[in-house]
Amino acid sequence: MKIKSYAGFINRQCVGLQKLKPDIPRITVGLATCGAAVGGTVIFERLKRSIEEQGLDISLIPTGCIGYCREEPIVTITHPGKPLVLLHRVCEDDTDEILRAVASGSVPFDKALCRIEAWDHLMGCTVKYGTGFDQIPLYDEIPFFGRQHKVILRDAGLINPEDVDEFLAVGGYSAAYLALTEMRPNQVLDEVERSGLRGRGGAGFPAGLKWRITKEKKSDKKYIICNADEGDPGAYMNRNEMESDPHMLIEGMILGAYAIGVEEGLIYIRAEYPLAIKRLTCALEQARKSGILGTNIFGSGFSFDIQIATGAGAFVCGESTALIASIEGRTGRPHPRPPRLTDAGLWGKPTDLNNVETWCNVPVIIKNGVDWYTEIGAENNTGTKVFSLVGDVERVGLVEVPLGTSINTIVFDVGNGGAEGKPVKAVQTGGPSGGCIPVRLFDTTVDFESLNAIGSIMGSGGIVVMDEDTNMVDIARYFISFATGESCGKCIPCREGLKHTLLLLNRILAGKGTETDLVTLQDLSETIVATSLCGLGQTAPNPVLTTLAYFREEYDALVKS
Amino acid sequence: MDEKTLDDIISQYDAPSGRLLGILGEIQNRERYIPRELLEMLSAKLKIPLSHLYSLVTFYSFFSLQPVGDHRVTVCMGTACHVKGAAAILTTLEQLLCLPEGVTEETRSPVTTEDNAFTLEIARCFGACSIAPVLRVDNHLYGYATPDGLPAILEEYGWRKHED
Repeated sequence: MKIKSYAGFINRQCVGLQKLKPDIPRITVGLATCGAAVGGTVIFERLKRSIEEQGLDISLIPTGCIGYCREEPIVTITHPGKPLVLLHRVCEDDTDEILRAVASGSVPFDKALCRIEAWDHLMGCTVKYGTGFDQIPLYDEIPFFGRQHKVILRDAGLINPEDVDEFLAVGGYSAAYLALTEMRPNQVLDEVERSGLRGRGGAGFPAGLKWRITKEKKSDKKYIICNADEGDPGAYMNRNEMESDPHMLIEGMILGAYAIGVEEGLIYIRAEYPLAIKRLTCALEQARKSGILGTNIFGSGFSFDIQIATGAGAFVCGESTALIASIEGRTGRPHPRPPRLTDAGLWGKPTDLNNVETWCNVPVIIKNGVDWYTEIGAENNTGTKVFSLVGDVERVGLVEVPLGTSINTIVFDVGNGGAEGKPVKAVQTGGPSGGCIPVRLFDTTVDFESLNAIGSIMGSGGIVVMDEDTNMVDIARYFISFATGESCGKCIPCREGLKHTLLLLNRILAGKGTETDLVTLQDLSETIVATSLCGLGQTAPNPVLTTLAYFREEYDALVKS
Repeated sequence: MDEKTLDDIISQYDAPSGRLLGILGEIQNRERYIPRELLEMLSAKLKIPLSHLYSLVTFYSFFSLQPVGDHRVTVCMGTACHVKGAAAILTTLEQLLCLPEGVTEETRSPVTTEDNAFTLEIARCFGACSIAPVLRVDNHLYGYATPDGLPAILEEYGWRKHED
């Protein structure tokens, strides 16, 4: 049924709330890619079979990922009027015990991680679950969760990503409804501009300004595109955002399309993310059926639709001009800018391209206003950022903190330091374009400028922790090998320069390097940075330059021995 | 794949955006490689030079022009996997599958065993970094992989230890 009025909107919210808080117990299983792979799918199927066989009156629902990946598989239980209880490290053999406990109005306490009495979904909707089970810690008392500030991940792991009603129940699409029925496009644009929202794909360009430039171009046709080609190894926040809360992205794009005045949008997503593609396809279909996408959205007269375009395994296609080439059916080789996409993008038309997480920030801004949003984060770095905290760290997972939080807080307070108690040596941020940051610089705050100042970048948000066993020269070699393989081959500095950087690193690692090689390595890296055509080449030497700067002794030791 | 199936796939992609990679992706998913005959057929139907289609399937690593083995083993070489020991996973797999050591990374293209049972390849990053190191067999993802655990995984796909 299509939503065409406020009453229709509220009606669907109620339907969703009834699913989210049914009159019977509700069990959810975290089924994002990681959770499914470590046992979630098996647990879900086993629970489903047992519930059917025993004829139990229990609602079983798949959800996305709540972010505490180390504790997967995660199962939640909600009894009517009781708190939502998170169970962790569940295995297939636990399912009988879980069902026994649920059938008797309880939960398996030995598997419980924490409880949630009420949850603010930030879209004008707080879901009140209830009280009880006091022996289980509260959500905020768990250090991994307590130090985070969830804005983008507010629904992840709590709602069914394949059911638009549950998204509506937690206030989803209320910002789009508000904008389309009560705001002028310029008002939406003003809000995003004043919020200070910067591009979350890595470069940090002001999103509102990019929207305005696209809007002001005269053209018969314009496009907006979501860059979901999350190619940085070590980064998977966009995958989770799409797998756990796909409608949030769609709502952000609707708001952007309305503000800019666009009828056609695209999501360019990498082929390596089949589950995200499946959930997005499902979400787009449900949104169309509900009158949230397509012609005359919410009966407002505004029309907009989104199409999915898939990549085919080329890292360089995350670069904006290569991405366009790929959508148009050409090889993904970048071209020099200008012209920028906002001048001549897809099929030569003005195009606004933003990262998944950038789009996901828009609904909360429109719903809660600029003052609310700018309270979060730091000066010129408003809002939160989701990081994937992985590698040699104790608490692996997705971490959302305000911009301006220190690396120390992320790695030690949230992540609890090195895995198995080993001392941490460095973190690598920003993927192949980023750098390695030594532990002595961990009071650096994560914001666009501070990370640049120490030779790294924010990138899309991957933070790979390395402990004392890690050889930093090998890490530099790893990234150069990656960049060499992914270079499109168009410009010489990147194609040949990186190849020779790799040869030098191989020689040094084999113990055959000389002092002169280190000088050549530095010079060559600086030349590649200065002369490459696109961002991939210009930033590819960063892992070498930062390890040379901060871990010089490791190079020296290899050269001398 | 017969001509009608190809026509069906083409008809699903009526919008120009994302069309070519979408069609090629479907062919790759169904056939598990891109046969030359299909590429020629596609070229004639869409009136796109064969050389252009060839440039696409050789540029994008998702496509393969060679038939692959019965089971496709993909080892993730992302940063988290690298830090957590992906190199040892790859080397062990090469040993277990009797492939020359280092061949997968050297050639940067899929390597198939003599009996055509397995194809081994590397991927840049699955984005499953939290359960690193990770490998995928066909469409099945295995997290927290260890060299010792690999024979058991391969046995699920009919692999048996080589008796010399």
